[in-house]
Amino acid sequence: MHKTPLLDQLESGPFPSFVKDLKRMAAKKPQVNDLLGQLERSYKEKITHWKHGGIVGVLGYGSGIIGRYSDLPDEFPGLEHFHTMRINQPSGWYYTSQALRELCDIWDEHGSGVLNMHGATGDLIFLGTRTEELEPCFEKLTAKGWDIGGSGSAMRSPSCCLGMSRCEWSCYDTMEACYQLTQEFQFDLHRPSYPYKYKLKFSGCPNDCVAAVARADMSMIGVWKDDIKIDQAAVQAYAGGELKPEGGATVYDKLDIKADVTDLCPTLCMSWDGKTLKIDNANCNHCMHCINMMPKALKPGNERGCTILLGSHAPILEGAQMSWVIVPFMKMEEPFDELKDLTYKITEWWAEHGKNRERVGELIMRMGMRAFLEAVELPPVPQSVRTPRANPFFFWHQSDFDAEAAGRKYYTTK
Amino acid sequence: MAERITDIGPPHFSKFLPPVIKENYGKWAYHEILEPGVLKHVSESGAEIYSVRVASPRLITTMFARELCDIADKFCGGHLRFTSRHNVEFLVSDKAQLEPLKAELASRGLPKGGTGHSITNIVHTQGWVHCHTPAIDASGIVKSVMDDLIDYFGTHSLPAQVRISLACCLNMCGAVHCSDIAICGVHRTPPKVQHEKLRHLCEIPTTIASCPTGAIRPHPDKTLKSVTVNVERCMYCGNCYTMCPAMPCFDEEKGGVALLVGGKVSNAKSAPMFSRLAVPYIPNNPPRWPEVVETIRKMLIKYTEGANKYERVGEWIERIGWEKFFEICDIPFTYQHIDDYKFQAYDTYRTSMHFKF
Repeated sequence: MHKTPLLDQLESGPFPSFVKDLKRMAAKKPQVNDLLGQLERSYKEKITHWKHGGIVGVLGYGSGIIGRYSDLPDEFPGLEHFHTMRINQPSGWYYTSQALRELCDIWDEHGSGVLNMHGATGDLIFLGTRTEELEPCFEKLTAKGWDIGGSGSAMRSPSCCLGMSRCEWSCYDTMEACYQLTQEFQFDLHRPSYPYKYKLKFSGCPNDCVAAVARADMSMIGVWKDDIKIDQAAVQAYAGGELKPEGGATVYDKLDIKADVTDLCPTLCMSWDGKTLKIDNANCNHCMHCINMMPKALKPGNERGCTILLGSHAPILEGAQMSWVIVPFMKMEEPFDELKDLTYKITEWWAEHGKNRERVGELIMRMGMRAFLEAVELPPVPQSVRTPRANPFFFWHQSDFDAEAAGRKYYTTK
Repeated sequence: MAERITDIGPPHFSKFLPPVIKENYGKWAYHEILEPGVLKHVSESGAEIYSVRVASPRLITTMFARELCDIADKFCGGHLRFTSRHNVEFLVSDKAQLEPLKAELASRGLPKGGTGHSITNIVHTQGWVHCHTPAIDASGIVKSVMDDLIDYFGTHSLPAQVRISLACCLNMCGAVHCSDIAICGVHRTPPKVQHEKLRHLCEIPTTIASCPTGAIRPHPDKTLKSVTVNVERCMYCGNCYTMCPAMPCFDEEKGGVALLVGGKVSNAKSAPMFSRLAVPYIPNNPPRWPEVVETIRKMLIKYTEGANKYERVGEWIERIGWEKFFEICDIPFTYQHIDDYKFQAYDTYRTSMHFKF
């Protein structure tokens, strides 16, 4: 076993220790011993010892495997090849022990036994195997009903919150939508043919537990259009302290409905006279605060669906963006054809105009929102902006003049 | 080869749901958090499911995963799931199993918590254990910060939830840019061009095009078939290295940690916010990065002291003003804090008299 005096210091403490866990595995697998040895070296030298990528994969796929090679293969021969396999996770990250053990059996046989539950995009990540193990490992996975996920300039494995499976706030079936879109885009997921990555995330409500607004090129966030449902008796129970704020998520024993709910409402569309909670629903902006505070008294309305937002990505390259509203409301019912069609329209326009490694949000900044909206046949709507422009530098197209001549006030795609 | 199976996608989730979830799918009425880490969901039919959330290092082995399976078999009919922040949830359909499960988790040293107004698990990246571009390690810093903040994991003692994320370089696989507290690995040296390697490994036009600030030019000596870097324009993003392995920008001494604060993704009360730079640089100090741990704790304590009920970190700072945040947390304000990158910069400059001394 390699000596790891620096890493050994991460064995103690109350949070579960990855070093302790890896050491157990190192006793069985020489490559994990080498992994600890090389990591110790990085801790000493404050620098990585992994070489730049490398193209490896399974037959017929261009994604899902990330090549990884050590720059110290003589010292750590177990790390000569140490590739990553991304396994497309099930919606909501639900497993049975039987399924998870089967995955462990496959990975113990064909790889290092080291994994991430889960990766940043959502996949289950197998960390560390040799090139010749990739195809046999893939064969075992598919035989058990698993497939590998996306990487590179491809559709990435879509991911979702657990939605209606265990949450009363979910405004559509996130897990089914995620599953069906994943199935629909299998070709684009496994054969990179986009300008760059394209991520889909499905959140059931504006609390956005999977960070769709920040981490997905296309963000489907659940929302309702009608009135918040109120159980006035339960509101009284919160006011009286019989029910705890946020279902018990806080140290505060009792909800002060005026101070904690109605005064914190961002649109001040609520009032509380000590007996009845009133909501001016036409002016509610669906922030979720009041519902979060009183989960037993308030619920999203009945007319449910999602808002589609587009364009978020981390700072590389033009600076971080959050997704912005392009469709304020879409019904989300199986088989989700409207969403599939829109996704195809967007990815086709982006594939045609995008530069190498340009995210869709960056392309829209370069080409302009109008070019995008016209191409994907979406009308301009005020929900998509925080404020209209402050400058007078707007364009007029022949289509606007034609609309004017035809007696229509504005040109729209609809 | 004819029988090769491809493009089947993931298994349908219905295979993995506990019966009580299948029966009550879409019919949940409300939830309660009975204690930190223990959720109770109640259906319109009155059916109940309990979820017990525990911490996981995310970087695990099959031995750890098999232990989770053993626990799930013993108390949950084999049902478990993982959360969007890499916690594990044991799904208990039989209430009588709740206390024995909690005892088992305690005996195995798996901390329970991560719900409500807590600090839940840190979303993070690979770091030195498996990535080719990191400025810092990931798992080691996460372990050190969570060891220090473990009391906040297992209690609901904060004014609101605090979400910490870590990305080991500017690529931000961890997408930490909307977190209450973001730990981000930063390089601080321009790429060192390896001319002999570059001519064999890299395409010059794509290498030049990869630079967001236009700092890379063809090398004036055409026989070299390489590039030069205008170091004054380089902000060390490493994007050229992604395109061209002959341009590493690592430095053993100059790489380190930046801390950003005040981001959120939820729409509750205020709109989602980006995290903003609090500390531009803390040196790498493995194995436990004490300066990073200490700075995060310091900011967290000032937040718990200063924030109103239900106020997220970013909402607290917006209310008191950033100038007060720097004063209260005793963090120096530097040239690095003032944005000068592209179209977002101007939006951050103060154009009013609404500031404090």
